[in-house]
Amino acid sequence: SVNPDLASERLTASFNVEKLTAQLDGGAEHTRMRRAVVEAIECDPVFSRENEYFQSQNERYEAAVRKAVYLQKKMYKMGWTENGPEYKYIYRALSGDVALLLHRIFMRSISVLGSDKQIAKWIPLATQYQLIGSYAQTELGHGTYLQGLETTAVFDITTQEFILNTPKISAMKWWPGDMGRSATHSVVFAQLYIQGKCYGVHPFIVQIRSLQDHSLCPGIIAGDIGPKMNFEHVDNGYLMLQNVRIPRENMLNKFCEVQPDGTYIRQGSQKINYFTMTTVRISLISDEVIIPLMKACTIAIRYSVVRRQSKLKPGEQEAKILDYQTQQEKLLPQLAAAYAFHFINDYLQELFDRGYREIQRKNFDTLPELHAFSSGFKAMVTQYSTSAVETCLRACGGHGYSLLSGLPSLYTKILASCIYEGENTILLLQTARFLIKCFMAASAGQPVPPSVTYLAAVKPGNCPAKNKLDFLSPDIYTEAYQHIAVRLISSRAAELQDLIQSGVKKHDAWNQCTVQLVQAAKAHCHYITVKNFTETVEKLETKAGIQKIMKHLCDLFALHGIFSNAGVFLHDGYISGAQMDMVTASYLDLLAIIRKDAVPLVDAFDFTDKNLNSALGSYDGQVYQRLYEWAQKSPTNKQMSPAYEKYLKPLLHNTLSKL
Amino acid sequence: AAMVTMNADLRRERAAATFQPELVTHILDGGAERTRRRKEIEALVINDPDFQHEDLNFLSRSQRYEQAIRKSSLMVMKLREYGIADPDEIYWFKSFVHRGRPEPLDLHLGMFLPTLLTQATPEQQDRFFMPAWNLEIIGTYAQTEMGHGTHLRGLETTATYDPATQEFILNSPTVTSIKWWPGGLGKTSNHAIVLAQLYTQGQCKGLHAFIVPIRQLGTHEPLPGITVGDIGPKFGYDEMDNGYLKMDNFRIPRENMLMKYAQVEPDGTYVKPLSDKLTYGTMVFIRSLIVGDSARSLSRACTIAIRYSAVRHQSELKPGEPEPQILDYQTQQYKLFPLLATAYAFHFVGAYIKDTYHRISGDINEGDLSELPELHALTAGLKAFTSWTANAGIEECRMACGGHGYSRCSGIPDIYVTFTPSCTYEGENTVMMLQTARFLVKSYTQVNSGQRVTGMVSYLNDLSRQRIQPQHVAARTVTVRINDPVSLVEAYKARAARLVEAAAKNLQAELNHRKSKEDAWNRTSVDLVRASEAHCHYVIVKLFTAKLSEISNAAVRAVLTDLCLLYALYGISKNAGDFLQASILTDTQITQVNQHVKELLAIIRPNAIALVDSFDFHDVHLGSVLGRYDGNIYENMFEWAKKSPLNKTEVHESFHKHLKPMQAKL
Repeated sequence: SVNPDLASERLTASFNVEKLTAQLDGGAEHTRMRRAVVEAIECDPVFSRENEYFQSQNERYEAAVRKAVYLQKKMYKMGWTENGPEYKYIYRALSGDVALLLHRIFMRSISVLGSDKQIAKWIPLATQYQLIGSYAQTELGHGTYLQGLETTAVFDITTQEFILNTPKISAMKWWPGDMGRSATHSVVFAQLYIQGKCYGVHPFIVQIRSLQDHSLCPGIIAGDIGPKMNFEHVDNGYLMLQNVRIPRENMLNKFCEVQPDGTYIRQGSQKINYFTMTTVRISLISDEVIIPLMKACTIAIRYSVVRRQSKLKPGEQEAKILDYQTQQEKLLPQLAAAYAFHFINDYLQELFDRGYREIQRKNFDTLPELHAFSSGFKAMVTQYSTSAVETCLRACGGHGYSLLSGLPSLYTKILASCIYEGENTILLLQTARFLIKCFMAASAGQPVPPSVTYLAAVKPGNCPAKNKLDFLSPDIYTEAYQHIAVRLISSRAAELQDLIQSGVKKHDAWNQCTVQLVQAAKAHCHYITVKNFTETVEKLETKAGIQKIMKHLCDLFALHGIFSNAGVFLHDGYISGAQMDMVTASYLDLLAIIRKDAVPLVDAFDFTDKNLNSALGSYDGQVYQRLYEWAQKSPTNKQMSPAYEKYLKPLLHNTLSKL
Repeated sequence: AAMVTMNADLRRERAAATFQPELVTHILDGGAERTRRRKEIEALVINDPDFQHEDLNFLSRSQRYEQAIRKSSLMVMKLREYGIADPDEIYWFKSFVHRGRPEPLDLHLGMFLPTLLTQATPEQQDRFFMPAWNLEIIGTYAQTEMGHGTHLRGLETTATYDPATQEFILNSPTVTSIKWWPGGLGKTSNHAIVLAQLYTQGQCKGLHAFIVPIRQLGTHEPLPGITVGDIGPKFGYDEMDNGYLKMDNFRIPRENMLMKYAQVEPDGTYVKPLSDKLTYGTMVFIRSLIVGDSARSLSRACTIAIRYSAVRHQSELKPGEPEPQILDYQTQQYKLFPLLATAYAFHFVGAYIKDTYHRISGDINEGDLSELPELHALTAGLKAFTSWTANAGIEECRMACGGHGYSRCSGIPDIYVTFTPSCTYEGENTVMMLQTARFLVKSYTQVNSGQRVTGMVSYLNDLSRQRIQPQHVAARTVTVRINDPVSLVEAYKARAARLVEAAAKNLQAELNHRKSKEDAWNRTSVDLVRASEAHCHYVIVKLFTAKLSEISNAAVRAVLTDLCLLYALYGISKNAGDFLQASILTDTQITQVNQHVKELLAIIRPNAIALVDSFDFHDVHLGSVLGRYDGNIYENMFEWAKKSPLNKTEVHESFHKHLKPMQAKL
């Protein structure tokens, strides 16, 4: 039975939850398909995550491998394919708790970087799991800065082979998933040398383990890199190469080739490579960032209406903690952000689909814009969501700290997204570089991509709001965000110019401005997110109350941003002190309004209990019973601890002094 | 020999420092003699083979618990053997043994024994204290329940007095009333001090403490009527058996109620305690410890991140030149140096609170409780402020170490998961901030009614003066000198005054609109928390600034002044809205503040390594491959990884069980 405190929340929803779910899925038919996939996965005990929180690293890894292997059978049985529409739902249903994900990256990189001949050779083997692939780029000493990689591949004309080496300890490949224990092959990125000349980083296919007994190949040292904050199920690995020889044909050569005589030929455009990198950054936003954020909101908000603590009115029952303004102020902005990011993700997907069509027509004009967008939004969304999930965790007090709440694992997983696929600070600086360039171009009257034309349209004047209700007007706050983005970008451009004119070298000037350039790039992304949210709201159907509640969330997202960055908005007087008080008042009013729909708003995310895997966040709200039952399943309660016999007993019996 | 193998970057950094790190260490320790003694105790533990063990990162939870129990038992023995009895020295010893981590006897030593000392009658002390001192009794302190934490009055466990048998009957009447979280309860303890609602003669007399045996001496099996166990895996605290306890009609003799203050007489008559303020004292003490812990945990994270950033080279700053140390990037400095300054600030605040506590508890013993409310409010707020800031700061340090920060070998994940619950325990932070706010609003009301207030809130006295001289606010703007810490203290003071006043006025406005006091309070609570934060921020800047004048060595004073300025200016930059809105600073001044922050980053850069060396964490204590004193990071990461549990065999058994059959079938 559903906890009455949670049930009552659902009776008063101002909108149709099922319709909002369909909206989020992109149509009711998608919702149906998603539920069917989730159901098929969850009814299968192999995929159960019931014991996840109690397992050791070894057990987690083994379970993930088992799931990966079993999944192949399951997909075959269900008629699902890797390119089918069900695939993304499979990943969601598994919560990513499966091994061999790098095998797909291995295949993708061969498909993109390999010649037709290479594709014909390797892809069938990989498809049938005759080999297991990984993707080895990052090294101990180098991550995001790829040019700095130190692994070498030297071409030996006499034997027509590449000799791969790890010349020093910092050159060791470090972090690649599936490499520590599972992979037999890997795409390895190395500096190509021909006759003493370095040609930069190139990809090579290297066999690392025997296909017979899985032992390491000669010249290979590989293993697991040890425990991490999360991803215990993944065998992130290290790889050391000592004079490992591979045939000339193993260099992926769609774009670059080394001919038998050692001639290096570059063919076609490598720009498509950058496009792959940018699409990966965009694709991770949905699965690895927005879904965990939605889960965290679901758990924290449901728990906050079940948890009662202290009294708001004397003589009454203790209040639900969600009725406290401070709790609303912690959680509801995170909920608004989850929706804002869901919509910006739709926007980015569309932008990329369009870009992809252009690129297929060999038009690479949109690439800089796509690159800047994927970098900036990856950084902004991952950073914002990571701190949002942590806020949810801490908003659940002591119980949030238990692994059984599900929140620690969501947090430790999402926070890795701030680093992989490009460290966020570096990505924001790349976006900033693009923005500064566009600003200079726009100022000089040159054309700029449509998404940044606002940089040229600087309007004078201050915020026109007269009372707190004016701040619920999308035009008012969107313009404020636009004003701030333009100001931060233009003043950095001016500062850079000043510094350079005063004789500071260009790169020094850049480094001196980086703190505020990062801020400017964030302001740009924040502005686009707010603007996109308001535009999405306009397009929503007015029926079923959906538009109305989304408008509230949009307002909340926007005003929370102004409230939390007040200094930036007050700085040049665009928003006055009196107006800032109006912002605060409107913002706090919205908390009370959205509070009423908080539970329906997380119900609309439509996570099953098994998928949430949280003692605090289940649909029925039986928080305390579940916490108690789950705790009893802990291995620490099943076996008598050896510590008693060995240490406690002598201690208690005071025989310790004899030790 | 250490110099031979030291990483060249770190060697160069250390040679270039403008001050002697030992002098700063002495300041942090509270004197050269204390540094000497701390290091002596440190050596005692670190050179003791009994306290060595495998890297904890590779052990399962059970194994970590077992190691901790083993070390705790030895620790108790050795403390007595060495005759270490001073509280600070015990703290040092313990923290080296457990490397700053929790251990299963924490609650026995830190709560059970002290509670016996302060709340037990002489008869009870005879019965329980010596057995507990000799560890025949291991106790814990069972307060928190599944359904209630910080809000103590809501606890549901009952202790009903039965005059017929002269016993208390303890019950956990609901699922939510099950005791949940107490450390050492799950597996270790055989007794617990249980907090329960006392019922006698049909009346509830509120919360009282009872000594409850929970496990059979000898077999360690739970007693009949007691259900006890471990609450399962957590974010951190792997070595702690946080437990649950459910009691079903469990009877204990009347004499097991702690009766130094309140009493139940044999016939069931209840005798009230004289004052309930005295229990404040312990809370204040423990919260003041958290302030110091915030400083230490953040210092550890800073040490790791800053050393790593000096060793790590990446990308290019200048075309054609070798890859620079990442610490040379402005963005990296901007992430780390304000945190370094914060760690120093919190050290001084922690020391201040500790001293103040000792001073005031002397007064309390002499019956003077006048300063207790302010101290209580201040520690509540500072506990919340420093633990929130340190919590976020540790994460920032980890992020600043990129991918390697995410590995357990960096040590930062462990610091984080160990530290983060302090935002919740000993009083949930938001609730703490609101307690401070209550005191601030009360002080504001006093000022408004013509009374003067004293202590850290005395700035509120100025508010009434300002109302007489409306020009004062505008005049103040120009007087802030951003290069002068003393002047910045004034700016923070003005901000605190403004936010306290705004919150108090909003509260009054809500009161005028609504019937209920509680409702009005709730609707103002976001403002109230902001006011408390501003107050705490002011106190910290003030204490840091005051500390500077105590430093005699010019080089040390110079570098700490830079840090103090950075702390204050960074805080202004991050909260520019408050300073602008209250017209404490102008747009131009904020721009200057931002500029000066960047300049300070460059000024502090050459001393960054020496400033973390001054924290003087031994490598064993730091537990980080990235933060090693010698900077030989990459070799040691490789050595560390080789010991990973997944690497125990060259071919993992999963290959034979799953991968091979799959390859055969497809």
